[in-house]
Amino acid sequence: MEKIVENKHSIQFEILPAVEEVSPSKWTMLKKSFRKNWDLYLLISPVIIYFIVFHYLPMYGIQIAFKDFIATKGIWGSEWVGMKHFQRFFDSYYFWRLIKNTLGIGIYTLAVSFPIPIIIALMLNEVRNDKFKKFVQTVIYAPHFLSTVVIVGMLVLFLKPDGLINQAITLVGGNPVDFMTEPAWFKTMYVLSDVWQTMGWSSIIYLAALTAVDHSQHEAAMIDGASRLQRIWHINIPAIMPTIVILFILNAGSVMSVGFEKVFLMQNTLNMSASDVISTFVYRSGILDAQYSFSAAVGLFNSVINFIMLVMVNSIAKKINHTSLW
Amino acid sequence: MQNSTSDKMFSYVNIVLLSIIALLVLYPLYFVVSASFSNPIYILKGEMWLWPKGFNVESYTKVFENKDIVNGFLNTLKYTTIGTLINLIMTIMAAYPLSRKDFYGRNVIMAIFVFTMFFGGGLIPTYLLIRDLGMIDSFWVMVIPNAVAVWNIIIMRTFFQETIPLELQESAQIDGCGNIRILLKIVLPLSMPVIAVMILFYAVGHWNSYFQALIYLSDKEKFPLQLILREILIKGEMDEMIKATSETFLKQKLSVEGLKYAVLIVANLPMMMLYPFLQRYFVKGFMVGSIKG
Repeated sequence: MEKIVENKHSIQFEILPAVEEVSPSKWTMLKKSFRKNWDLYLLISPVIIYFIVFHYLPMYGIQIAFKDFIATKGIWGSEWVGMKHFQRFFDSYYFWRLIKNTLGIGIYTLAVSFPIPIIIALMLNEVRNDKFKKFVQTVIYAPHFLSTVVIVGMLVLFLKPDGLINQAITLVGGNPVDFMTEPAWFKTMYVLSDVWQTMGWSSIIYLAALTAVDHSQHEAAMIDGASRLQRIWHINIPAIMPTIVILFILNAGSVMSVGFEKVFLMQNTLNMSASDVISTFVYRSGILDAQYSFSAAVGLFNSVINFIMLVMVNSIAKKINHTSLW
Repeated sequence: MQNSTSDKMFSYVNIVLLSIIALLVLYPLYFVVSASFSNPIYILKGEMWLWPKGFNVESYTKVFENKDIVNGFLNTLKYTTIGTLINLIMTIMAAYPLSRKDFYGRNVIMAIFVFTMFFGGGLIPTYLLIRDLGMIDSFWVMVIPNAVAVWNIIIMRTFFQETIPLELQESAQIDGCGNIRILLKIVLPLSMPVIAVMILFYAVGHWNSYFQALIYLSDKEKFPLQLILREILIKGEMDEMIKATSETFLKQKLSVEGLKYAVLIVANLPMMMLYPFLQRYFVKGFMVGSIKG
């Protein structure tokens, strides 16, 4: 499409020598296209309106982070207060607790949830029995479709003091642990249930990358007497390395954006010291306590950090591996 | 295939490890099914760990007698069907023009959409907007603010571009067929596979979501099933009700325990029935998205 447009530009420039600039010709292009495809513009306009209203208007609303928002005065009419809300957040006693928990859950998840799907994909790739492979895939993909409420509901049922896990612990002579209310257990429960739910599904992308491995490489390595482990290490892993790096960038970029949904459900008054993260804090102070400007500032702080993280990790990856998102 | 002893060993170890992993995933799911058909007393005593013990369907009767659960189920059904319908129409309305090479400005429009994937207003500004629009506690708040997903527009646009021959559309145009007619009579009938994928993507999303409802709904009559599940399973509101009533404590505790397992099954029944399709189409759609994205 770009090529056609470019060509038409150059033709028009030749016919109309240097009187007009590029923009009028673009304008005529649009008019011409609009006359011909007016119904297509009509078709897409509700979607454009949707994006403006539900995605771009909230961006306009971000300014309340720098104002003292008063509903009657509206977003524009409220008074500017500069960095007051950010200052209050940085100085508050819970600031470091939130950072510690958000980062802690993010890094813990990255360290455990990220490598396991790679290992599973490499293992599945070595299975020669198609029926067994299909069976394992069908089973381990299933939890992906369970809702967060169901996952946490099952956690509560299994981990409560008289639940399945504690029955097993007492059976082997241990003392029951109240996993769901014990702050020390929160992050581990969060990460392990995440592994349980996502390890199968996340392995799909690596499995797809593995199908692209050139079989002749394996044959050559076999002639040289390489064992299967050696071939996995020297052929398969390098082959999926670009995929690993891209996904690592995406995941590392989001260590500070720990999702609200699951943390919120697993949270209770007893484990708050380990489970309070930025997103749940924004929900509490914003939606429940109606401190709109303050929590908008906290939310904005988080998204800016996330964006910086993404850019940083990406530039590191570029240097190391020449693979990057952009 | 070479078959040295160490390679054979590798195969065995590999299969054993994968079996253990599959078992670890399967067992909790199986346990819930088994528990839902058991007499709850054996679950609490820890005597039920494989086969249903004291087989009965009483827990299911309790689920269907519970007004909140039935109401939540019906609400979710409504949100899912109407929401998915809106999603599908909006996705087609965006994807078709964007797939047309002669649609001037499509790159700009696409950029406007894609930008929202990386940056947004955040929870509070969005909440204030929804409130100003008067949508709090309305039916529409469950289906309009998430009317379309950019990712799915990309998948559908790619499908239109790569599978519907341009010549077919052009020749229809020469025959005097308008754009909308081309879309309805030629493009959509040829796009049933991607439409199926979209329906599954969106429907699963609606069925499983609770966030939207948590933030914007306070009227319990409008709660979707997931919020009711949260109250029963996580907040333990039924557990508290037990203490309030006078009927024998143990009997009530047992019936609530059984109900929790049964409601998990009921809530996931549509997903389980769809699972064979879900697995096939989701993997496909997921791959299209990740390759083109």
